[in-house]
Amino acid sequence: MGNLFKIAIRNLLRYKRRTLLTASLITVGVVFVLVFISISGSFKNMMIGQITDSMLGHLQVHRKGYVASIDNLPLNLNLKAGAIARLENILDKQPEIEAYSPRIKFGGMFSNFVETTNIRLVAVYPDREFRTVPLLPLRITSGGKTLNRGEILLPDLLAKGMKVKLGDAVVVVVTNQDGSVNGKQFKVAGIVEGITGPGGRDGYIHIEDAAEVLRMEQMEISEIAIRLKDFNRLNSFSQKLEGLLSKELNQQDKPIFELHTWEKLSPFFNIARMIDVMTFFIKLMLIAIVLISIMNVMIMAVYERIREIGTIAAIGTLPGKILNMFVIEGFCLGVVGAAIGNIVGIAVILIINMMKITFNFGQQKGLLLQANIYPMDILVISVTVIIVSVIASLQPAFKASRMEPIKALRHV
Amino acid sequence: MSLIIAENIQKDYKTGEVTVKALKGLSFEIAPASFVSFVGPSGSGKTTLLNLIGCLDKPSDGKLNVADTNVLHLDRKQSALFRGSNIGFIFQDFNLLPVLTVYENIEYPLLMVQSTPASERKKRVTALLEAVGMIDQKDKYPDQISGGQKQRVAVARALVTNPKLVLADEPTANLDHKTAYMVIDLMKKMRDEFKTTFIFSTHDQKIVGEVEIIYMLEDGELKGTEVKGGKRNG
Repeated sequence: MGNLFKIAIRNLLRYKRRTLLTASLITVGVVFVLVFISISGSFKNMMIGQITDSMLGHLQVHRKGYVASIDNLPLNLNLKAGAIARLENILDKQPEIEAYSPRIKFGGMFSNFVETTNIRLVAVYPDREFRTVPLLPLRITSGGKTLNRGEILLPDLLAKGMKVKLGDAVVVVVTNQDGSVNGKQFKVAGIVEGITGPGGRDGYIHIEDAAEVLRMEQMEISEIAIRLKDFNRLNSFSQKLEGLLSKELNQQDKPIFELHTWEKLSPFFNIARMIDVMTFFIKLMLIAIVLISIMNVMIMAVYERIREIGTIAAIGTLPGKILNMFVIEGFCLGVVGAAIGNIVGIAVILIINMMKITFNFGQQKGLLLQANIYPMDILVISVTVIIVSVIASLQPAFKASRMEPIKALRHV
Repeated sequence: MSLIIAENIQKDYKTGEVTVKALKGLSFEIAPASFVSFVGPSGSGKTTLLNLIGCLDKPSDGKLNVADTNVLHLDRKQSALFRGSNIGFIFQDFNLLPVLTVYENIEYPLLMVQSTPASERKKRVTALLEAVGMIDQKDKYPDQISGGQKQRVAVARALVTNPKLVLADEPTANLDHKTAYMVIDLMKKMRDEFKTTFIFSTHDQKIVGEVEIIYMLEDGELKGTEVKGGKRNG
């Protein structure tokens, strides 16, 4: 086998310019794919991070049926005290959970005593919420990174539109479950930067203020947001928790809870899927580049070496060995293209990171592009290129191996 | 016991609607360690006959035994194995592999065809390099040596597997007078040393003058056999 490699490499070096061009083409393809994957992957991961770490959390547990009506923020589908206790009992035993945060979500009217508008509010225990969505404090662009009772964090667009500043008194009026209306005065303690996605324009108040204004006799919550220690274990943990929650039944023997990962709750998941689809098509383009360039060069190689093929066949070289000889040439081209492509691709990614490129996403400005490439991506791309190179060489190699020596020797 | 037994072999080629009879029922026998030439004008069937003997092609009819093997029934792979074990080829254009050195070209059949162990390969290749006087050129590539040297390398490559038979199609056609005789002498020496049968297809008088048996072909028919020393058949 070593000798076949030696002959293959020497044959490649025999046509240096052509080999260089083909290898360069593969290299360019690999570089493009690596850079695209790293940038799109980084964009995707960053956006997922933004969405999960600043509002959604990794998972959310609701009362069964809540998510179907989530846009209405239905108070009648809140989890009652008993269910909350059962749920917290389960969550407290899960070592995979970093933190979880109970929330009441509701809509109401917001007034600065001059004008009135709608507002969506999330009522939280601030310390638990900040541990569950650790980027939330960073979204508080003015004011303290805290939220005490009697205070409200307002979304920036609302604050701007209603001309409300820090320290101003505002009123929130809500309709509770019974249909009665209640209001409470709050002090503006901070302005929260709006972000793209569900809950990105919500205001925040303390959960006990919400219970008071909603006239709850016992604590009720709309959801519990959960943050995991390891995001990569989301799917396995989700399955585990789903299993545990499915055992919690109400008096009608129906499940009490429903569990959703961020993917089911955020429309950004579809964008993430689109990025994956685009990446797939870019990989397909790479495959086409490799397939066509290697096939072209190998067809040329076979055509140019017909007499040599005839000679080695006449000497007694078995067809299988002749086939291997050409397949190995294609394999070597693929390996060289993939290797150089990986080196150049990684260098380009490093340069992109050193340039500290920033971009905007919706209301978020100056997000730093941090291109990352994972060893598994490099491995998959390299293996794909090499396999495609071998496949592309097969047809010309097969043709060479099936050549009649007598005809090949006559070839001029 | 003859090395080659041909009985009434025929070879037809189809060119469109026309069937060309390249060989018209040839019969002959060639003994081991012979130095034989098929001579005749262009189109007489010399190369076709050599291709049949070399298992590169199959007769349309007749019987052909080479080294005790009925070569008519060999399939593609068996033919390759048979050639690798029993037959060496010397081509008019030398047909050395340009990416291999002189040493590697000679070594090629041992390495890629017969899978001979490294120590044995080295012994045989070195012995042949010395025999053909190319030991000091062993690391050169074919494009770095002369035509005569290339043909000496081709002779060594043909002999390295210790074949029973070497087929040489116009081996001196691309060589000058002096080099041609040098190559012929070399082949004779090899025949004497290794008892290999050499069969030439040629109309080069230099070879014709040196061989021991001459088969004369014309229009695909054997017109006569000349055995040097005054014997004449046919």
